Amino acid sequence: MLGWELPPHNSGGLGVACYHMSKALALQGASIDFVVPYDAHHPETEFMTIHAATKLGPLDRYGLMGAYDSKYLRKIGLDEVDADDLKDMRGVQKRYVQFVERMVKDKQPDAIHAHDWLTMEAGMRAKELTDAPLIVHVHATEFDRSGEKFGNPIVHEIEYQGLMMADRIIAVSNITKNIIVERYGIPADKIEVVYNAIDTAAMGQYEYDRSTYTYLETLKSEGYTVVATVTRFTIQKGLTHFVKAAARALEKYDKLVFLLAGDGEQRDELIRLSADLGISDKVFFTGFVRGKQWRDAYNVADIFVMSSVSEPFGLTALEAAHYGAAVIVSRQAGVGEILRSVFKYDFWDTDVLADQIVGIAASPALSKDLRENIKYEYTRISWTDVAKQCMELYKRMKGVTV
Amino acid sequence: MSKRGIVLYLHVHQPWRVRKYSIFDTAAHHDYFNEQSWDTDRNNQKVLEKVADKSYRPMNALLEKLLNQHPDFKVSLSITGTFIEQAEKWAPDVIESFKRLVDTGRVEIVSETYYHSLAFFYSREEFERQVEQHRQKVRDLFGVETSVFRNTELAYNDQLAQWADRAGFKGILAEGWDPVLEWRSPNHVYRPHGTDNIALLLKNYHLSDDLAFRFSNKAWTEWPLTSDRYNEWANASINDSSIINLFMDYETFGEHQWADTGIFDFFESFVGKWLENPDHTFYTVSGAIDAHPPEHTISMPNTVTWADSERDLTAWLGNSMQHEAMRHLYDLEDGIIRSGDQQLISDWRNLQTSDHAYYMCTKWFTDGDVHAYFSPYESPYDAFLYFMNALRDVRYRLLEHSRGGFNG
Repeated sequence: MLGWELPPHNSGGLGVACYHMSKALALQGASIDFVVPYDAHHPETEFMTIHAATKLGPLDRYGLMGAYDSKYLRKIGLDEVDADDLKDMRGVQKRYVQFVERMVKDKQPDAIHAHDWLTMEAGMRAKELTDAPLIVHVHATEFDRSGEKFGNPIVHEIEYQGLMMADRIIAVSNITKNIIVERYGIPADKIEVVYNAIDTAAMGQYEYDRSTYTYLETLKSEGYTVVATVTRFTIQKGLTHFVKAAARALEKYDKLVFLLAGDGEQRDELIRLSADLGISDKVFFTGFVRGKQWRDAYNVADIFVMSSVSEPFGLTALEAAHYGAAVIVSRQAGVGEILRSVFKYDFWDTDVLADQIVGIAASPALSKDLRENIKYEYTRISWTDVAKQCMELYKRMKGVTV
Repeated sequence: MSKRGIVLYLHVHQPWRVRKYSIFDTAAHHDYFNEQSWDTDRNNQKVLEKVADKSYRPMNALLEKLLNQHPDFKVSLSITGTFIEQAEKWAPDVIESFKRLVDTGRVEIVSETYYHSLAFFYSREEFERQVEQHRQKVRDLFGVETSVFRNTELAYNDQLAQWADRAGFKGILAEGWDPVLEWRSPNHVYRPHGTDNIALLLKNYHLSDDLAFRFSNKAWTEWPLTSDRYNEWANASINDSSIINLFMDYETFGEHQWADTGIFDFFESFVGKWLENPDHTFYTVSGAIDAHPPEHTISMPNTVTWADSERDLTAWLGNSMQHEAMRHLYDLEDGIIRSGDQQLISDWRNLQTSDHAYYMCTKWFTDGDVHAYFSPYESPYDAFLYFMNALRDVRYRLLEHSRGGFNG
């Protein structure tokens, strides 16, 4: 299993998905060697063997320059890259490949399961050396990450090669599958859709703390409805449309407040937009949240909106549902493919989103039925099913018994 | 002794579906039932024209042919006011063909609420007004009186029967549901509990649903059903009883079961086969009651409908959205009636059509069994959203009235 992160050292959903998938696979009898590009302790991972490809700390895995941004990525061929230059993310990737090369020479895998473009080169190299089947698991493509822009051509090239070389491809939704088919020209029959799940047991019995968002709780007691989103403030997330819809909704129903939990490059733009629309007093920005503040943001929400322009899956919608919010998702989010008890809208259609927000806020019955019915839906999808689908796939390829 | 006969009763209905009506339309536009897009089954004209071609025109032609061929063939129809209005507008020839059927004297029109509503369960006064409105429409259009009543979705209980008895109906229709009938057969005429004069006809759901639901189902062990086989079943069922009540949606013929399933040929052939036996006939609903006086009493204290395996009202009044929508809708009654604004009253009543509540049903939706969910909306939540926005507009118009804003 080739990954880039695992909890608690994850920056997003990729690490969470890899963790739960591996755990469920181990329960199905798979023996897993999981490679990460940094060296750190991972609690509760005794079900698999974790290998550190470098001595770097977890925060340095995108290169010592700091957080990953594909704008700074310039060199394409790994042979041009200096494996000692760990300031450069390509350097880290090259070390990762070298580590995997050594590893597979010692131990022949039955299958290679590589997650996203970050590990695709290592996956291809391992396949070349061992002839084991390569499964490329796509959680997001460069097209998703760059919103309506094109993205980095080097990343596109690596994704293209990885997808071409893969024996099978797993996509996290039909939306992602379609991108792989249409944008990369990969035949559809090489791709299977395996949806992510949510592990509610691991989320445990969390006690919501009303004091985290006292002001919002006060407004709620006065009859206000809290509409929240919890996300990175990037173009991909469609938040300018969300704020415009907020203004439209407020024209028709004034007991609404909007909570934007998270941070990112668009923060200032969103604050300015709220002011321009004259709704600053109804829009709350939390800044970066994690832990308690993060979970309480879901809890304080009556309505959760996933406004993404492009979202391969969108696990946060399931988390919000679990914490009891009514959910609205854009049609451009893959999670909508497995949920019926939600409202759906096109990310640009602010009037439709406003209508749905007002509809829920104005009707206790609608809000109740949405919240209750979605619980029957997301609890039906489990990581065990995901693992079974993967095991099935491993077995089908080369008749390997794992 | 009277002949043994089939009582064929077909229900003709189309609702005024609410368009994609948003909160930004509320208090601005009042055209709830006027979907402009032709890509959706919310477009009432589109649906009516489609079903007219697939069902109303060919089936009326077949019924006319059978009436000409067989002096003993008879049929009963209930035709809702909302259907008549739409057909008058978009398929007047279909209305004319219904008139020709009624003119034979062997086609009976059954009474019901004009708006295909569940008003009986919310407002007795409003319910009676709608029954009267329907009765008047039937009089004007077909020149006949109605004497047998059916409630929307065949929703029936003892109270309804007692109401119909007092209102002077000679008969009423209901589902022949096993838990109620126990050892008794639906193939007799009964007397509803607590009534003096009225008779009760119970749907034989086995034989009715063979056509309405199972006819084209290839997974059904009896598929493909032949008219010979069905005739054998009917003979076995009627054995030592008097009638078989085949009650179903008219649109079974051509719309629920398409022409290419062979439903029209099957039906034509079956009618001929059934009547080959000189002891067999067809009855209209009142004809069956005249020929077979009630023998025993049946009580249904709880409401029974002809829907789903539960035979209850949960498809219409099962979740909080449906209850909330109906509560807000009927809360407006006094003000709406007092307004005297005919357009407002009719819009409000068109929102009472049971289909709107049905579109909000979530009981199959969460199971992922979408096939059981016939709806022009993307989800029950969307159906509720548009309905409530329209209802808010009705309330707005009512408010304008009380301010003297405009006159209807």
